[in-house]
Amino acid sequence: MCTMIAASAAVNGVGKGATGWFPITQATVGYDHATHSGTQHALLLDFTNYEIGVEARVALELDLESGRALMAQLRSAIEAAEAIGEDSRVR
Amino acid sequence: MWNSFRTDEHLGITAEITTYPGGNGDEIHAYVVRPMNEGPVPGIVLVHHMPGWDEFSQEFAERLGRHGHLVICPDLYCRFGHGTPDDVAAKVRSEGGVHDDSVVADCEAAAAWLRADSQCNGKLGIIGPCSGGRHALLAASRIGGFGAVVDLWGGGVIMPADQRTPARPVAPIDYTADLDAPLLGLFGNDDQSPTPAQVDEHEAELKKYHKTFEFHRYDGAGHGFFYYHTPMYRQEQAMDGWEKVFEFFERHLR
Repeated sequence: MCTMIAASAAVNGVGKGATGWFPITQATVGYDHATHSGTQHALLLDFTNYEIGVEARVALELDLESGRALMAQLRSAIEAAEAIGEDSRVR
Repeated sequence: MWNSFRTDEHLGITAEITTYPGGNGDEIHAYVVRPMNEGPVPGIVLVHHMPGWDEFSQEFAERLGRHGHLVICPDLYCRFGHGTPDDVAAKVRSEGGVHDDSVVADCEAAAAWLRADSQCNGKLGIIGPCSGGRHALLAASRIGGFGAVVDLWGGGVIMPADQRTPARPVAPIDYTADLDAPLLGLFGNDDQSPTPAQVDEHEAELKKYHKTFEFHRYDGAGHGFFYYHTPMYRQEQAMDGWEKVFEFFERHLR
């Protein structure tokens, strides 16, 4: 089935793709057909910069359990950083 | 039918990526497969699935071509940029999907391209898997004039209000009264979109409007059971399904 589950957020950072590092401007999170993980569906995380082109993309396909674990560690890391007064911005 | 060619028969196809004037006159890519050994043949518009204008779509087109059809498979994502199919599909996904109107316009232009080709016998079919099945049905209903339409497990034919989006504003089932082509539908009973109950609902709507259709539902199969590149593949059901596709096109388009 096509779930059509996808949502994007503007982000600020850099990512390493097939040709090296590049600025990341958008993150899209979906849950839909996987193309490479061998499962019918996967959490699809795309970190992109479409001003550069469609191939300026760092892609992940994760199962739901991995997504939950990742989300927990992201939250934990952000809270720990905030606790020490960090709010860094990529320059 | 599968393996029905004679070993002393001249059999061949040409297959290439080309461009054609799609919807709005935009020059877009298409994969065109042309049988080399026959005279006037049916034309088929192949509508690719949500994962993109990919290698599966090309091989699907080649299979139809080897069985004597002139096939055009438009790159419905052409306007989103170019890269590997999964990169392009990711961009389309991030923008909420390709708009139904864009798909219908590209399919209508593809039908015109087929009709203008001297190898085409003037009879056209349209087929697609997954979202392509939904789009094939939608395009056939809105454009009209096709001789056969095949919906392979298209989800979203029935769309509750909360599933309608700016890119997919209308459910294809709402166009049932307008459908003027015989419809073949193949579905897996383990699919979650469309569910067997949704297939029932679609069937009831087709009966209500006295449409010509045949639905085949397979036990032991879910979504995408033709997809030999994924764990969804179901050999027995897929081979039977292919036979039904070929037979349906033969019956309605030769």
